[in-house]
Amino acid sequence: MTKVGPILTVVLAIMALWYVACIPMNVQETLTAAERAGAVVTPDNARARAEVGRFSLMLQNTETLAGSWSVERARLPAPHQIVAELWDSTWTEEVYGRRGIVNSGSLSNKSLIYHGWVTLSATVVGFAIGAGLGVLLAVGIVHSKTMDMSVMPWAIVSQTIPIVALAPMIIVVLYSFGIQGLIPKAVISAYLSFFPVVVGMVKGLRSPDAMQLDLLHTYNAGQGATFWKLRLPSSVPYLFTSLKVGIAASLVGAIVGELPVQRGGLGARMLGGSYYGQTEQIWAALFFAAGMAALLVALIGWVEARTLKRMGVQA
Amino acid sequence: MSVIEAQGLNLTFQTNDGPVHALRDVNLTIEKGDFVSFIGPSGCGKTTFLRCIAGLEHPTGGTLSVNGMTPDEARKARAYGYVFQAAGLYPWRTIGGNIRLPLEIMGFSKEEQSERVKKTLDLVDLTGFEKKFPWQLSGGMQQRASIARALAFDADILLMDEPFGALDEIVRDKLNEELLKLWARTEKTIGFVTHSIPEAVYLSTKIVVMSPRPGRITDVIESTLPRERPLDIRDSAEFIEIAHRVREGLRAGHIDD
Repeated sequence: MTKVGPILTVVLAIMALWYVACIPMNVQETLTAAERAGAVVTPDNARARAEVGRFSLMLQNTETLAGSWSVERARLPAPHQIVAELWDSTWTEEVYGRRGIVNSGSLSNKSLIYHGWVTLSATVVGFAIGAGLGVLLAVGIVHSKTMDMSVMPWAIVSQTIPIVALAPMIIVVLYSFGIQGLIPKAVISAYLSFFPVVVGMVKGLRSPDAMQLDLLHTYNAGQGATFWKLRLPSSVPYLFTSLKVGIAASLVGAIVGELPVQRGGLGARMLGGSYYGQTEQIWAALFFAAGMAALLVALIGWVEARTLKRMGVQA
Repeated sequence: MSVIEAQGLNLTFQTNDGPVHALRDVNLTIEKGDFVSFIGPSGCGKTTFLRCIAGLEHPTGGTLSVNGMTPDEARKARAYGYVFQAAGLYPWRTIGGNIRLPLEIMGFSKEEQSERVKKTLDLVDLTGFEKKFPWQLSGGMQQRASIARALAFDADILLMDEPFGALDEIVRDKLNEELLKLWARTEKTIGFVTHSIPEAVYLSTKIVVMSPRPGRITDVIESTLPRERPLDIRDSAEFIEIAHRVREGLRAGHIDD
């Protein structure tokens, strides 16, 4: 709990900076809104104001800037506007909305809960595939020199290709085989998450030192016993570290996979928001995704803590 | 009856700086029930020789037999237990679990495993620590647990590579005393690598003095001390005389450089 203080301090600092940044970012929209409401603004028309820099506009209209934090479709919505949007598109939409779960019996396609669920299911399936594949590849790499030489370079190369470029191709190729919906997104998310698992797991499986291996050699232990009794338990801390990186990467993969398809999900929601200038919607989806990532990482952290405790690691 | 026999043993490592003679023309016979110490400066090949006996290194010349077999055959027949300088207990296993490790690998039944764990814990005076994790034990206790692990499958030979090297002198004295008792009770043949002259003299029936570049044996001293050895035997004239001879042997090895 000693972490709360420092974290809160950083959050407050970011908030303060954010509110300050809203003023120059939104000055054009703020003044236009004030003008419409009947206030005196200099210069007195939007076209003339577009020619003037943000900061001189601020200096010339110091009295009309209070609206900076409540502009609709602001360039930079204020934090409380984003929180309000988050509330509206989750609780209010589901509980009071016509299409919400309370009134229609199914999640509303306008709510972040629905879109979050779409993204989450692709993330979890993709992560399971990616992590499983990563562990298998790592076991192969550690036990076979050929695999070490052939697979590892390709695994590294695979991560140098920008996923934004690759994602549409994966979707198109899979679509031509009649596969669409969750699976293509899961494939993209597996593509991003297998790599940290491979790297961490290879390092973990190779972490026993020469003495540990010599000891098993004196027992005339085979590869199987060495793997199950020494290599695998030694790799557990490494595995969890890479699983945490991997699940966050999975979420990014799922979101990227939703951008070109526009059939729901947080990625679709973000891109939709940017098409229609709904900045609050973009930010709300972004924070929802960040919150989901934090929860997923925390979940793995919890499993890790329990596993390590069972393995007798000093708390 | 000789348990370990080395004749004209050579081991040359090929390195980037050319060949290194880790062992040259080593001849040695170890009898059943002997407590043999290998002493010498770093690089004299004492650990290498122990590892050859264990089949962890392979000599490039000469013959070496363990229980009448090649070292590799002896290793496969689980002829020896090996204790390293670091206890090397698995942190995720309890003390009991660590001792059970070789027994699981060698396929002992569950009942026999438990029985042997109890027996060996008792042998190293760690009864009651079966369920503790290694981090809950002191360094000396961890090393005792690692000795128990080497004893668990009841091999005739115990090979120990500077097992007490990382421990302080007070703990080391205590463990030396216990090791002698354990040796008397189990009648094992022990090969023991050390840097310490008093330790070598106190423990051994036979002290092998080695010197480096190339690694070779410069003296083999048969101890005249009785098998029963209280700690204060180290103040006796006989003890001091043997220690003196070991020191002379070590010095002679260095003059050759």
